[in-house]
Parts: sequence; structure tokens; C-alpha cells
Amino acid sequence: MPTSTTRVLQLASLAFIGSSVQLALADEITFVSQGGAYQDAQSKAILEPAAKKLGLTLKQDSSPKAYPIIKTQVESGKVTWDVVDLPTGDCIRGEQEGLFEKLDLALIPNAAQIPAELKDDYSVGYISYSTVLAYRTDAFDSASAPKTWADFWDVKQYPGQRALRNLPRPTLEIALMADGVAPDKLYPLDVDRAFKKLEQLKPHIATWWTSGGQSAQLISDGEVDMIQAWNGRISAVQADGAPVAFDYNQGVLETNSLCVLKGTPNKTAAMKFVNEAIDARLQAALPLIIDYGPLNPKAFDTGTIPAERAARLPSSPQNLPRQALLSAKWWASQDGVKAEERWLSFVQRK
Amino acid sequence: MSNAYLAKSVQGPNDRQYPPSASSTRALAREERKEHTAMLLLLAPALVMVVVLLILPLGWLAVQSVHTEEGFSLANYARIFQERIYWDTFSLTFKISLMVTVLSILMGFPIAFAASRLQGFWANLILLCVILPFWTSVLVRSYAWLVLLQRRGLVNQTLLDLGLIDQPLNLMHNTTGTVIGTLHVMLPFMVLPLYSVMRKIPQDLLQASNSLGATPFYTFRRVFLPMAAPGVMAGSILVFVICLGFFITPELLGGGRTILVSMLVQRNVELYHAWGAASAVGLVLLLVVFLIFWGINRFIPIERILGAR
Repeated sequence: MPTSTTRVLQLASLAFIGSSVQLALADEITFVSQGGAYQDAQSKAILEPAAKKLGLTLKQDSSPKAYPIIKTQVESGKVTWDVVDLPTGDCIRGEQEGLFEKLDLALIPNAAQIPAELKDDYSVGYISYSTVLAYRTDAFDSASAPKTWADFWDVKQYPGQRALRNLPRPTLEIALMADGVAPDKLYPLDVDRAFKKLEQLKPHIATWWTSGGQSAQLISDGEVDMIQAWNGRISAVQADGAPVAFDYNQGVLETNSLCVLKGTPNKTAAMKFVNEAIDARLQAALPLIIDYGPLNPKAFDTGTIPAERAARLPSSPQNLPRQALLSAKWWASQDGVKAEERWLSFVQRK
Repeated sequence: MSNAYLAKSVQGPNDRQYPPSASSTRALAREERKEHTAMLLLLAPALVMVVVLLILPLGWLAVQSVHTEEGFSLANYARIFQERIYWDTFSLTFKISLMVTVLSILMGFPIAFAASRLQGFWANLILLCVILPFWTSVLVRSYAWLVLLQRRGLVNQTLLDLGLIDQPLNLMHNTTGTVIGTLHVMLPFMVLPLYSVMRKIPQDLLQASNSLGATPFYTFRRVFLPMAAPGVMAGSILVFVICLGFFITPELLGGGRTILVSMLVQRNVELYHAWGAASAVGLVLLLVVFLIFWGINRFIPIERILGAR
């Protein structure tokens, strides 16, 4: 017993000395994302090269529900996370609740390359994904396939089982486009009109899916013939050989943004890290591994992304204008919150 | 028990009986106090566990449900009674729980009956089949049902191939799927209490009834059934109460429109970050369960039902 205890103590103190030496040598930052294949991919493509370039020690953490943890860290003053990758809606909510540092643009020159609608004073757009209309190619051939949300709503012309997401975001946007609203004229959403349109299709919806995995399973097993789903999920299903197709027409583009936690002791390093993470060359490496679109448009000019790959990415110059950009600001507003609350009783009632 | 107490209570053959003196009464009283303290100390870990893991969190929930940014408020409870979604959800939850309970009695009774009347290998085999699903996670079992029940699933495909139906049946993404999946998970909770009660019913009584001229059905109805009733009650209470809080199976097999109370709690927390509303819903459900127990207890004492196990 005594020897092993001593050894543990020795090891612990060694580790302690080791870590403090490291602290003295290099800045250290903790980057937080949602984990899984997504974090692995960005770690390889963006995070590790960025840390190497800056000479930083990079630590990573992952949490699919980071927001409450961020709130607790900032409010208790014990900030251990530095840079977080969040759905843009969470960034905006955090800005309103004072959880993030204002971005220091002097340290983030790359931010100038990001389009204005994809950034603000506290957050900058990082990656994107799209909610698209996907269908079974064994149910429809490409000529007679549903191409717009109006087609999705047309149960006579396009018979078959349908599934939508069990959340108003971005299902309300989709319903409005089905009702004829132009993708760039969606906001502020006409919530009543959207629910009225959804009411029409409700009897024909086989399933309201809740998780991305479920949406993939529904379309790959042929449980439904057409579905509202994320582009990455459909690509994965296609890669497994399922007879499924999709197009970015009338897709709804959503983004993740980067924020820096308020009160972080590594503020300068964190800002520099944000700058590297949105660098065009590093951003261009991400879609080679995973189906997320880089938000720095210059990434498509680096020559890293082959043309056929770009054609399958939501943020490529040819696909971007064909989609609607989800307004995280609107969803964070009072109206957005109210629309979310209306959803559950809508789905449940016959 | 302390050894001192044991030593006192065990009387050797040579012990002579003396009337208790004042000092020995005091000694006994002291022993008794020591005994009490020892019992309390032994119970303390369990008590601390219950207080820390059950009573405190419940109290915290209660505080949260009435505490808003403006101070004390019953708004979270008012909403439950005003908004229809809550009423719809609670009634659907009770409806499904009741359906599952009744179905599990109908299915569980014959299984438990067979297991209790058979001996050795066959009884063990039946029990093994009942317990086996316990070793598989609820999530996996729900996905298994998904594979069986979906549009191009095994059940529909077989029925279509046999020409029994022209169109696939809607077996999931609705209440039917939820009930089937939940029933599967709940069945052991019905069979095991039933089995343990039935096992204790002496064969002699049934034989006596038969030898006195009763038909097998009469014997079953007048002798077996009354004695098995506590098992039915115990199983029903278990199944019904667990069903009320069910989450994974309805989430996966309910098609998103079968919203139960537990899902309402989850949505409140995850989507709206409304911890107060979620706490209120949870407490109301708890209260309703207590009321049900109290109601049952008035007719049949719960201790008797659960003691019978």
C-alpha cells in the first residue's frame, strides 16, 4: 500500500510540474464542439493545424448541449472553456445574456472575408448545413420527382409517405415556401400562415422525426418516400447505397458560429485561434472529410475543394443562392420563442 | 444485535430466575437505548441516501416550480390547467398506461399460470423467456420493434405476401406502436409478481376443490383466482406506474405525435429551458400517482399487496 500511494503521489506531482511547465511555455486554449464525427473531422482539418500554426496547446471538450454549461461557467466566474462552436441561435442568445466576449477584429482579420449576414460583434460564422428535400429514387424517377416544397405538399401529383421534423425550425420556413413565399422574403415569419399550411399536410405525414439518425433511418429503410432532412444525413445514406436523392433547391441553410467565453483568461489566444479557424485554407480542408460547408467563401477559391465536391456542399457559390438562410435572430426573438411553444400542441392534436 | 443483548437473552440450564433489581432494570434500559442508537446508526446510510437522492431533489423541484424571476408564482401550475396540450398529454399518458396494464394482465396471467403449475425445466424455460428481454436495453428492443412493425417491416411484408392485406398496416408511428413496444418492456413486471404469488398457492387446495366436485373452471374462479388477486394488483401497480413515466419507446415508436408526460418534461427543459414548467409537470404527475395509490390503499392495503410478493 504505502509504496503504491507514494508512487501515485509522485506521478501526480510529476504531472503537475509537467503541466505547469507547459503553461509557462505555451498558451493553452480549450475548444468545445458537439463531439462525434463532426468534431473529429474539424479537429483534423482545422483545429490541430490552427493550434500548430499558433504554437498553442489545444485542449478539446465536447458537449451536444453546451449552452447551459457555458452559462454556468460564465456566471460562476470559473471559465475553463475558451472558444465554442455553437449553433448560431445559441450564440445570439448568449450575446443577449452577456456570456461572450466582443470579437477583437484586430486579432481576427479573416473575419472580413465572412459575409456580413453570417457574423456580428460577438460571433462569426464557422460552418453550415442545410435542410433539404430528399426522396426515394425507387418511388420517383428524376423527371417526376418532387423538387420544391410545393411539390412536397402536393399529395395528388406526388403520392407517398412523408416525414417532417418534429420542430418548427425550419419546418415553418418550409411550409411558407410551399405556400409560395420567396426564400429571401421569409422573415419575419408569418407564423399563422405557416401553421395553416402545415395543417393541410398533417394528415399525410407518416412520422414527425426528432433526431437526425431517425430521419436517415426513415428514408433509407423506405419507411417514407420523401423527407425533410439534413444534407449530411442524406449523403451518408447515399454512401450506404440507399436509392435516395436530394437537391439544394429551396433548402434552408443553418450555420454554426464561433464565440469566445466572457472572462476567459486566454482571451488573446482565443481570438487568434478564431482567426485561424475561419482561415480560407483550413476551412477548405473540412469538406474533404465531412459534409459541412465552410462559411468563408474564399475557401472555394483555394483550389483545395474539387468541383464535384463543391457541387455537393451547401455553402458553395452555386448552391448558396438557391437556398434560404435561416435567421437565428428571428428564432431568438419573442415571436420565435412563441412559435416554438405552439408546435407541440399542433403536432399532438388530430 | 449486540452480543451483550444476546448473552442476556440466552439462558443457560443453570440460570436461576431472580426478580429484576432496580440496577438491572436500569442496565436493561441502557441496553435498549444502545440498541436504538445502533439501529439508527445502521440505518443512517440508507436514510441519508433517501434524503439526499430523493427528498432533497423533490424539494428542489417543488421550489423551482413556484420560483420565477419575479418571485413566487403559481403560473407554471396555472398553465397546466389552462393549456389544452397538458390535458391532452396527461389523458393520453393515462390511456396508454391503462391499455398496457390491461393487456399485460391478459398476456401475463397465462404465462405466470403455466410457469407456476409446471415443474423444473419447463417452468425455468418460461421464466427465462420472460427475464431474457431484461438483459437487452430498452433502446435496442424499441429499435427491434421498429424493424418489425414499419411499412416494409417483417410483419407487414409477411401479411402482404400471404395476401391477407393489400396495403401495409399502420402499426407504428402512432399509439398502436407505442402500446406494442411498451407492453413488451412491461410484461416481466407483470409476470414476475404474478408468478411468485401463484407459486405459493398450494396444489392441495385446488385438488380439494376438485375432489369436492367442482369443475376445473369453478375451482379456478373460486379458489385460484381470489388467491392470485394480490399478484394481479401488485403487477398492475408496477406496470401502470412505470408506464406513466415511460419515454424511449413512445419517443421511437410514437411517430412524434404520441406525446406523453415524460416527453413534455423533456421538451420543456431541452427546447424552452423552462425548468420551472418541467418541474411543475413532474410534480403534478407524482401527485396524481400518490392519489391513485391512496385510492387503491383505501380498498386494499398496499402493504398486503406488496407483502404478498
